[in-house]
Amino acid sequence: MQVPVEGFMYPNEIELQWSVLIVLYPFLTGLVAGAFILASLERVFRVEAVKPTYRLALLTALAFLLVAPLPLQLHLGHPERSYEMYLTPHRSSAMAMFGFVYLWYLLAVLVLEIWLDYRRDIVVLSQTTTGWRRLIYRVLTLGSTNISPRALHIDERAGWLITVIGIPSAFLLHGYVGFIFGSVKANPWWSSPLMPVVFLFSAMVSGIAVVMLLYMLVSSLRKEPIDMGCVDTVAKYLFYTFVIDFSLEMLDLIHRIYEADESFRSLDFMVHTRLYFSQVVLQIFIGTLLPITLLGLTQVLKLTPMVRKQIYVLSGCLTLIGIFAMRWNVVIGGQLFSKSFLGYTTYKMGFATREGLLTAIVLTVLPFVFLWVLVKLLPPWPERDSGALPDATPAH
Amino acid sequence: MKAFKDTGHLFRVAAVFLAGFIAFLVLRSLLVPHSFGRYGHYRADAIGEIAALPISYAGHQTCETCHSEVVDVKNKGVHKGVACESCHGPQAKHADDPGSVVPDKLDTSMLCPRCHQTNVAKPKSFPQVDAAEHSGGAACNTCHQPHTPAIGAGGSQ
Amino acid sequence: MNITRRRMLVLLPAAAVAWKYVLAGTPEASPNYQMTEHWWAMLIDITKCIGCGSCVRACQLENHVPDGYFRTWVERYHIEDWEMEYPKVDSPDGGKNGFPVAKETGGKNFFVPKMCNQCADSPCTQVCPVGATFVTPDGVVLVDQKYCLGCRYCVQACPYGCRFINPKTETANKCTLCYHRITKGLTTACCEVCPTGARQLANLKDPKDPIHEFLQTHSVQVLKPYLATRSKCFYYGLDGAVR
Repeated sequence: MQVPVEGFMYPNEIELQWSVLIVLYPFLTGLVAGAFILASLERVFRVEAVKPTYRLALLTALAFLLVAPLPLQLHLGHPERSYEMYLTPHRSSAMAMFGFVYLWYLLAVLVLEIWLDYRRDIVVLSQTTTGWRRLIYRVLTLGSTNISPRALHIDERAGWLITVIGIPSAFLLHGYVGFIFGSVKANPWWSSPLMPVVFLFSAMVSGIAVVMLLYMLVSSLRKEPIDMGCVDTVAKYLFYTFVIDFSLEMLDLIHRIYEADESFRSLDFMVHTRLYFSQVVLQIFIGTLLPITLLGLTQVLKLTPMVRKQIYVLSGCLTLIGIFAMRWNVVIGGQLFSKSFLGYTTYKMGFATREGLLTAIVLTVLPFVFLWVLVKLLPPWPERDSGALPDATPAH
Repeated sequence: MKAFKDTGHLFRVAAVFLAGFIAFLVLRSLLVPHSFGRYGHYRADAIGEIAALPISYAGHQTCETCHSEVVDVKNKGVHKGVACESCHGPQAKHADDPGSVVPDKLDTSMLCPRCHQTNVAKPKSFPQVDAAEHSGGAACNTCHQPHTPAIGAGGSQ
Repeated sequence: MNITRRRMLVLLPAAAVAWKYVLAGTPEASPNYQMTEHWWAMLIDITKCIGCGSCVRACQLENHVPDGYFRTWVERYHIEDWEMEYPKVDSPDGGKNGFPVAKETGGKNFFVPKMCNQCADSPCTQVCPVGATFVTPDGVVLVDQKYCLGCRYCVQACPYGCRFINPKTETANKCTLCYHRITKGLTTACCEVCPTGARQLANLKDPKDPIHEFLQTHSVQVLKPYLATRSKCFYYGLDGAVR
């Protein structure tokens, strides 16, 4: 065990338990929750401006949700036993209950809502495509080809209801991850009632940012003009959510500094040394203050669409970096100091190992691959050129 | 049944969910270990499995069944409360088969200082010496009989 | 550990019988062992610990603990004057080979053995997602090696740092209070080899257990009482600076 240790650590604490994969996992589920909340803005709160992002947001959420269990499985000592969490869940364990929250959200919310929204397109595609594609669409129809106006109206109402249920479900999905950390009384860096709330708001920020970026990217790839009304509204929601998120994190920080309990000196030293770059530089300045300022500028100044687009792209990227840094600081930061408050250890991240950097990079890229497949399978936008769909706009 | 017209597809979805749920229940009854839940939320058989792990230290009472003469010597001195295996190491294999499994001879110059080397953190009343100064490099059992370490206490082995 | 001659005359035949029983294929427990008659705890007397590391070595040998990981370990404290917030602590290789000669002079110096606190309200048990770690009816916190996923949540939840992941089995591991010994009338490996009697096993359901009586008549402490884990590893003479 050649890890450099400063001061004293309990002997079993020297090696970190949760790696970069456990940093990646809340990042991915955060994107899911945030993307879904953005989609629900249009569906439930009738914010018409963001309609162009609706289907893309849902598919993004699904792509990330499908990849999310992979970092967990790779991290487990015995992934072949992970089914035990569904068979004998320990009801006092937040992690066990999360398995069901995930399953509920995936099947009863996301998949169902996507299916209901796309059902008309699926039925049409099952009749107009050929070969193995036709087979896929036919299976997806579940044998029903009823796309009469009344059936579609029922779909729309059912979808609305699912979205209404989906919003608290999305909160639960990511709030739970925050609770998994926030309820560990042994770790003062994690233990806080604010943790689920901070996680949730930072999830919304990252989800909104990723959908905004994807919409702009996909539009430019399709050579479609970017709907500025849509993007301006999304950016506005990003800005306000970010302000709330930042306030919550500052509240936690100020409270810690003021109360200065027994863990404070040790944590303070850690933030000033080992965690300085990721916490102060990356998360606070580059990842939060800078994008908030840039987005704030677009709210108070009259800027041309070109400048606004550039600011949105820059802010979006910085936001994602900042939110990833926040997950890193929580997960890794919480393991760098000793529970004796007398020492610090170091995180040695491997590269091409099961829990290494390369694995994390692959798992970050994978959802975009899944998204590409989903976009090909369930096109968010009508194919005006091919004329495959008789009526362009979705039923609602 | 006008209300249910055009809802056929919703029933199909519900049927898929129901089928999945039933499959889950079936799997559950097949895969959950039988002893699970007997005493609490865990596999009760694990208690027996852990209790059946092999033993390495025989325990001083077992040593005393055969080596009672050593015990008599030890009880006269300050090492009376020190268990045999504290110095001699795990001897369950020896107790199991005393003829064939013979304990290693101990090197007192390594063994004794582990307890008796001077250290400021040791209780003041505990006998401690600086081994090099105290014996000038000679092994401890040159002068001390480990089973009854006081000088001149007598007793053999 | 005072064995008087009289006690020996009673114990020897019993020990001989027990040992023969143990030899007969290391069974699950002695046939007389009733879980409901026991509620196990440990007493560690700081005033007696000499930091020899015998307990750490014995535990490793008895339980096949891999190098670099510890089911029990010993820490050495040095406290300068009144400054309880900044003790100097070290634990070279868990204290397995004793401690090098201390350079510090003055101040307070002492050894603190650490181990699983066998908490009655165990936070590690609370967070296990599948029920692989549990508290037995006789008060010992164990890990089911065949059921554990290796998710490491329990390692994070333990405030005392006594859990680790065994690299060979990729499952959670920790002090089992030598459950395989205490259910057969033996004591734990660490208590067996402790030369000064600093570590003593206790059965809190036995009113005549001498350690049980000690707990009822002396001032004892537990680690991190404010976390309300109902730790059953009691300390006598524990300085307030101990983490």
